[in-house]
Amino acid sequence: MKEVTFPISRDDVVGLSERLDEPKWLREKRLEAWELAESLPMPTTKDEPWRRTDLRRVDWTQANHLVNPNGSVSIGQVPTELYRPLIGDRQGGLLVFVDGKLVYTECSEELDAKGVVFTDLSTAWRDHRELVEQTFMTQAVKPDEGKFAALHAALWTHGVFLYVPAGVEVEQPLHSVEYTTGDDLTSTHILAVLENGASATYLHESVSPDRREQAVHMGATELLVGDEANLHYVGLQNWNESTVNISHQRGRVERGGQLDWVSGEMGTRFSKVFQTLDLDGDDSSGRISGLYFTHGRQHLDIDTQQNHRALRTTSDLLYKGVLKEKSHTVWQGMILVEPGAQRTDGFQANRNLMLDSGARADSIPGLEIEADDVRCTHAATAGRIDDTELFYLQSRGIPCDVATKLIVDGFFDPVMQRIPYEGVRERLAMSIDEKLER
Amino acid sequence: MTVALEIRNLHVNVEDKPILKGVNLTVRQGETHALMGPNGSGKSTLAYSLMGHPNYEVTGGQILLDGVDLLELEADARSHLGLFLAFQYPVAIPGVSLANFLRHAVNAHRKAVDPDDGGMPIPEFRKMLKAKMDLLEMDHSFAGRYLNDGFSGGEKKRAEILQLATLEPKIAVLDETDSGLDIDALRIVSEGVNALAGPDLGVLVITHYQRILNYVKPEYVHVMFDGQIAESGGPELALRLEEQGYDWLREKNGSS
Repeated sequence: MKEVTFPISRDDVVGLSERLDEPKWLREKRLEAWELAESLPMPTTKDEPWRRTDLRRVDWTQANHLVNPNGSVSIGQVPTELYRPLIGDRQGGLLVFVDGKLVYTECSEELDAKGVVFTDLSTAWRDHRELVEQTFMTQAVKPDEGKFAALHAALWTHGVFLYVPAGVEVEQPLHSVEYTTGDDLTSTHILAVLENGASATYLHESVSPDRREQAVHMGATELLVGDEANLHYVGLQNWNESTVNISHQRGRVERGGQLDWVSGEMGTRFSKVFQTLDLDGDDSSGRISGLYFTHGRQHLDIDTQQNHRALRTTSDLLYKGVLKEKSHTVWQGMILVEPGAQRTDGFQANRNLMLDSGARADSIPGLEIEADDVRCTHAATAGRIDDTELFYLQSRGIPCDVATKLIVDGFFDPVMQRIPYEGVRERLAMSIDEKLER
Repeated sequence: MTVALEIRNLHVNVEDKPILKGVNLTVRQGETHALMGPNGSGKSTLAYSLMGHPNYEVTGGQILLDGVDLLELEADARSHLGLFLAFQYPVAIPGVSLANFLRHAVNAHRKAVDPDDGGMPIPEFRKMLKAKMDLLEMDHSFAGRYLNDGFSGGEKKRAEILQLATLEPKIAVLDETDSGLDIDALRIVSEGVNALAGPDLGVLVITHYQRILNYVKPEYVHVMFDGQIAESGGPELALRLEEQGYDWLREKNGSS
């Protein structure tokens, strides 16, 4: 069997850092992570999280060129529809990236005055070094989580830094968009830090227009929610079908904090997502609402983990997916209740609707409970679209394609109802319609 | 012109087993027919075959509606032509409200007539739906519930009748519409059917019991036996079946 070799070298790391005009200390950080990445083995299908997702299916030789975050790109390349507000009518801030380069930035004066930082990661390293240094890959996603986390720490090409000081409520939602036109390797980092008692709503969307050449994306998302803080985060992934995506996402919630996390996974040809919720503080809670819709030969693997690590914590995860044609999805979920995490209330459910007989959904829930006063439940289903349902709708004059759409919309309805933003629901509904019409 | 549903020498197999063995029956707009018969005689097979269920294989004969051969058509096209089937076991569609479902159905019917039709404006649809619900003494909140999801037996049947009222078919087949109904619901459903009955609607009530026929008065009664119409007559035939059961018919047809 051929081995997977990653075609980027140490020189590429140095080159990236130079192009970004980074200070020496930041370059050293990258190189330190690079050394770590080099020392970590490439995962194989013998490793449990990668058992159903074979990295050998990716042509890694094509991933030998990092995006140039200084390319001549402009916001004019981005469909305007992508940066209109999806939550409410107005947004407190907007960042737009094209091929890793920040092409548009907006942050209301009001937020500036309150000490809120909403900027791209390179700028944040320069202007808010201390804040970033304390939080960047030190608390949520750590470089030693695995090969790709370490590679990301060495190779991140661009990203967003959101910082909300203690007690500050950001009323108008924040929005970032990344639009990738090429076949380069990109590595986006999202870092949101909410200090104690802060609150914010933030949406990040990644999109790439259709093209045949493979692009690789290695992402990391870190959401740090302080005591009594409240973060609503929406991540929408709409990469084209030539994209390979490996992403580590982790939210950590401190005492009494709340994280409401919405994920829409529609694109990519091959995707592995690690999504982890750490409930670190007493009385913290997290809710994850996810949708995916795959078609063609898409392969999407989502690994979720709900870690209950304190008293009276609550987690509630629902992922619903529709599969078409020969696509394959994997959802592997785990609720872990650590010793002493009494009065935990944990829930996870994954439901799949397969529209074609060639589609395959693996749905693997898991519980690991090391405390005795807990309530944990899970559910996993995968079923074919029901001919009886289709016939019933058709008997009322509804053509088969419309009947299928109704059933799919109805299937997604429970998770849609968990998303309190009309614009986001509309965006997801549009993606669903596009999938159905393909 | 009165439209007729004509069933001519219909043969149907289910899983390669012959169930219908030459059914002949004509139902015209304005007429009410009852089709009775013991369990397993093929009544529900006839209902599903009329609507075009893919599991029912027509091996011979014809089904014509207004002279159009239905056998070549999918269920949705049969509906567009004016055929309606009230299901014995209505199917739950979680996440799809009754109103949303009906709006899609109404719009599909409009589009079948005019491919450029943009759909009934929502206010007009709501008004129409409310009027239909009032006619059937249904609470308006019913329309917001997920289609048949968690409905009681009676509620499911009411929803079927509401669909019938909304789609205004020419011929309606009610498959054992009295199963799972308490007496009050039976009365309301029957009244609904009666309210809708008129010169433009032909009804074929398929039933095992005579009970619903106390409310819906058929002019014609047919008895199905072993995949064929064994006996046809007027309302007196239903009474005879109620009193004497199906045994005399078994004897008459030489079956054990």
